[in-house]
Amino acid sequence: MRILVCVKRVPASGGAPQLNADGLDVRHLAFTVSPHEECAIEEAVRLVAEHGGSVTVLTVGPVEADEQLRYAISMGADDGVLVDTGTGELDPQATAAVIVDAVGDLETAAGPFDLMFFGNESPDAGHYQVGVRVAVATGRPMVGGVKGIEVDPGLSRVRLRRDVPAGVEVYETPLPAAVAVKEGLNLPRYPSMRGRLRARKASATVVRAAVSAGGLRKVRLRLPEEKQSETVLLGHGAAAAPAVVDVLQELEVL
Amino acid sequence: MVLAFVDLDAGSLTPSATETLTLARELASTRGEPLRAMTFDDSGRHDDAPTAAELTTYGVVRWFRVAHPLLDAYSPELWGAASAQLVRTLAPSAVVASAGDRTTEVMAQTAARLDLPLAANCTTITATASGDEWRLTRVRNGGMLLEDAELVASTALFTVAAGAIEPAPASVVGDLTTETFSPVLDDTLPHARVIERTTRGDGVTLASARVVVSGGRGVGGADGFAPLEELAELVGGAVGCSRVATNNGWRPHRDQVGQTGTKVNPDLYIACGISGATQHWVGCMGAKHILAINTDPDAPLVSRATYAVIGDVGEVVPAVVAEIRRRTPSPLPLPAPGVGADGHDGDRPDL
Ligand SMILES: Cc1cc2nc3c(=O)[nH]c(=O)nc-3n(C[C@H](O)[C@H](O)[C@H](O)COP(=O)(O)OP(=O)(O)OC[C@H]3O[C@@H](n4cnc5c(N)ncnc54)[C@H](O)[C@@H]3O)c2cc1C
Repeated sequence: MRILVCVKRVPASGGAPQLNADGLDVRHLAFTVSPHEECAIEEAVRLVAEHGGSVTVLTVGPVEADEQLRYAISMGADDGVLVDTGTGELDPQATAAVIVDAVGDLETAAGPFDLMFFGNESPDAGHYQVGVRVAVATGRPMVGGVKGIEVDPGLSRVRLRRDVPAGVEVYETPLPAAVAVKEGLNLPRYPSMRGRLRARKASATVVRAAVSAGGLRKVRLRLPEEKQSETVLLGHGAAAAPAVVDVLQELEVL
Repeated sequence: MVLAFVDLDAGSLTPSATETLTLARELASTRGEPLRAMTFDDSGRHDDAPTAAELTTYGVVRWFRVAHPLLDAYSPELWGAASAQLVRTLAPSAVVASAGDRTTEVMAQTAARLDLPLAANCTTITATASGDEWRLTRVRNGGMLLEDAELVASTALFTVAAGAIEPAPASVVGDLTTETFSPVLDDTLPHARVIERTTRGDGVTLASARVVVSGGRGVGGADGFAPLEELAELVGGAVGCSRVATNNGWRPHRDQVGQTGTKVNPDLYIACGISGATQHWVGCMGAKHILAINTDPDAPLVSRATYAVIGDVGEVVPAVVAEIRRRTPSPLPLPAPGVGADGHDGDRPDL
């Protein structure tokens, strides 16, 4: 089976965001893909190990996103495609259109993808829609929030599990299909030494794309107001236990 | 007209639907347009009167019940195609929905089918008196940042972040007309559908617990969670963790608090050996009180916490457990070695 995984280069930092006139100041930050997308790569690699086929990883963004493609390859993906749209942020309609074009080219060259994986939402922009737009444009059914995937042995249908507030829902859909996954789907591997060597030598395909803007335009980013409060220090080490239990009683949780 | 996509739970408005309707009504009144509602119902219930009464309270004047045999079980594509048909037919100036999993999915399907922009997770939306320009603020980075944005469209699509709007019934209510909208649907459209649904049992869940005792890298390993389990048991709470604990296989992912885990809103969040990275913080910032136990007095979570203990989790948490037992001596038996605090065997975390 042929599987496409779409990933996005995003800041990895857990520090407080620093803003400048253009938005987030990313000059000193390290980058990664979302935990959701790490699980998508892992799942694709496992499915191909079981059923045969290949995993292609696609990213839309700056040329630096090559780093994220190589990480995916080090986890076991077969090849990477980078659509260079520069450093500016794209709106979700524009991102989807660029992916749809790239998918068209990849499928013309090497045949249709049986599965397309996306992260449930990007951890930075969080538009919750790029995967659905690509799925609709390419005529595929799509389920989001997925934490369990079971492909039938004939490779004609797939069962998908997602958590909902009331419990669990199981979906069935014919292949080809698109799936947006969430962290928890699996426990992604750390890349092996062999994987890392392979990734270093791999050459990701880089293509350029023209971008046409959609109807949503970011004006600026800002920090939400946070209520500032002094931290009450209850003490040091085990000696603080009585003060902690006083607080538990005060808050009536005991 | 402004169209609210209203999610129902067994025929009743969900809390997020009342928030959606409140915001949609404000937009409609700014623009001098009527408020209409679209609903789907997969509960198999057919008494409309209570739903109609609730919609009327929130100022809806016309209600479209979307109905078709193919819509009885949820399917993102079929619900999306049906919603797109109604939106195309009505050509509203805006469609507003809550930001739940399912409503977001149907809105994205609608947006994709009509090639319209969709702004997700809005906290405020401002209508201009006419025209097709909107201003909005939306949540980004799981809640660490806000984005001010503009949206231009013949029909603008929005989802509203949970809790952003205080729900309020309309001050003036009119008469409600109810209509059934029967979309043209065809089983040959490739689609996913729900084939099975299981309901979670009662009991304390991470998302609903009054107290969450959470551990991170500072706990040191899977075994280090035993005293946290014990403390959670004593306060009737749930155990949570950071992504480091999940990634190391110390805890299952369903325990993870944070941007890509669960958002919790307890009265008290006890963070043991967790630094407070932004991606963790957005998952616990809804807690009323936070107690941070950390060796590092400068850890971000210590600065943001209500209370802090500076020290080693491995010493502080067992001491707290012992102090609770000392103060509440009788009803809680001391655990025998290898037996959990509730007296049952085998309550080790399943990894
Ligand atoms: C897109 C994205 C999404 C993410 N989503 C999540 C998420 O959902 N949830 C999440 O938690 N993280 C998430 N992360 C990861 C996050 O950035 C941090 O890496 C993670 O939260 C750190 O976990 P930690 O606090 O346990 O570990 P560290 O950051 O390593 O902190 C350990 C803390 O323990 C203290 N400590 C050490 N030893 C002791 C001791 N003996 N006693 C007491 N204290 C001690 C240290 O002082 C330190 O403060 C995400 C990251 C990205 C990029």
